[in-house]
Amino acid sequence: MSDLEKTSTRTGLGKSIEEFGDVSRSFYTDLRVVLMFIGDITRISGHLIRHPQKMRWNDVFYYMNLCGSQALPIVAMICLLMGLIMGFQGAVLLRTYGAELYIVDLVGFTILKEMGPLMVAMISTGRAGSAFAAEIGTMKINEEISALATMGIEPSRMLVIPKLLAMIVVIPLLTVFGAVCGILGGFLVGSGLMGIPAAAYYNRTVQVLTLSAFNIGIIKSLVFAVIISLVGCFRGFQASADAQGVGRATTSSVVVSIFLIVVADALMAVLCYVLGY
Amino acid sequence: MEKVIKVQDLTIGYGTLTVLDKVNFHVEKSEIFGILGGSGCGKSTLLKHLTGLYLPFEGDVQIFGQSIINCEDDERRTLMRKFGVTYQGGALFGSMTVAENIALPLQEFTDKSAEEIKQIIKEKLAMVDLEGCGPMMPSELSGGMRKRAGLARAMALNPSLLFFDEPSAGLDPITSAELDRLIKRLRDDLGTTIVIVTHELDSVFSVTDRVIMLDKNIKGIAADGSAQNLRDRSENSWVREFLSRAGMKFTN
Repeated sequence: MSDLEKTSTRTGLGKSIEEFGDVSRSFYTDLRVVLMFIGDITRISGHLIRHPQKMRWNDVFYYMNLCGSQALPIVAMICLLMGLIMGFQGAVLLRTYGAELYIVDLVGFTILKEMGPLMVAMISTGRAGSAFAAEIGTMKINEEISALATMGIEPSRMLVIPKLLAMIVVIPLLTVFGAVCGILGGFLVGSGLMGIPAAAYYNRTVQVLTLSAFNIGIIKSLVFAVIISLVGCFRGFQASADAQGVGRATTSSVVVSIFLIVVADALMAVLCYVLGY
Repeated sequence: MEKVIKVQDLTIGYGTLTVLDKVNFHVEKSEIFGILGGSGCGKSTLLKHLTGLYLPFEGDVQIFGQSIINCEDDERRTLMRKFGVTYQGGALFGSMTVAENIALPLQEFTDKSAEEIKQIIKEKLAMVDLEGCGPMMPSELSGGMRKRAGLARAMALNPSLLFFDEPSAGLDPITSAELDRLIKRLRDDLGTTIVIVTHELDSVFSVTDRVIMLDKNIKGIAADGSAQNLRDRSENSWVREFLSRAGMKFTN
């Protein structure tokens, strides 16, 4: 190997080590910022639990309306269609085995435990999470965050906690609503297409759906609500002070939320399996 | 004379870039103090450090004798409530009306009743000549009105120290002169100490008692004194030339 080749190999290795160092440092810095943010939110939440009169309840109700009531039509539509699609897909397979009635189990369980919480979370990421990031990012451009801070008000208390609380309340409710719509979709296929009597469909539904399946769906939706609100707000605070920065923060909030929701869902699925639920 | 702000060996910047190096100055009680300099010299960055938004590389800033740098977050927030800051664009909260903006610090930090808060809002709006604008949203106000509404909010807790970031930026000469008169009136009537960051020389000559001029080449203070004095007698030719340009953009 010539001297030149040796030098270039050393430079390449050195460069790789340098890049690895840069990535590690950047990862460490980002992780530190994320942990500080979560720590801040936990501390402020603890303070507000002790002093509920300090909570901005009007903002909580505003976000409950924005993220909850206003999302009802789209949640109803998407979940109903999900139930219909699952019903159709299941019908093709189950008819082969003459087990049409099991469509109730398929749709009910999947919607209640998995698809309901997941679809509501996806819809809320697109509606609420992105709105949180854009709102806080725009406030940063307009120096409203600086104004809050120099008033001696913690921006997280004003801007994050009301959104987080509203989401923790409305996402489980939306999930229950979505599950009902999804089961209704399955019912339309089961009853309309496969000829299962309505009473039989209802009785089977009541018989097979367990409280633990319902609880798992609710717990999942709570975890998703926390992820969507915190990621949306965090990305908003991180937005650079220009219009493109707000756009990037909004996109990033959606992508990161969806990724974390799927990861959390997978972890909870494994946990449920291990615990025997 | 009582020193309201004391800056000692302050070194500030971004990342690894130093913008100002070991800067020392003070602001006296009831003084209108200007921070001047060309674009990119660190005026707004310095203001963010004075108001405790950013932490410096080194040095200290004392406000009312208490460090805003070397203290716990809670202590910093308590100190921040003792002064008001108005921002370039007003920085009003877009989701609240003008009245709600002014009410916010009162609701957060005082035990005043809704009726008392209403009365204070009325007084503050009258003070900045915005009577009747309480129910309006910030988006319905002009640039000058937004700045005045921002000032009313900054004055809500009756602070004895006010910071202005580029108060005249983006305003026409008449509105700018009105705002200058308002700033003077605040000092004359209430004895408020005022720190203004600006590069609008007409405002500098009409309102400030004393200024410092920041120079990015030396990363520090090029001159300290009254604007008229520095323009006529500064030993630094760049300072004389900078200050002599007042009003020229209109005459040219």
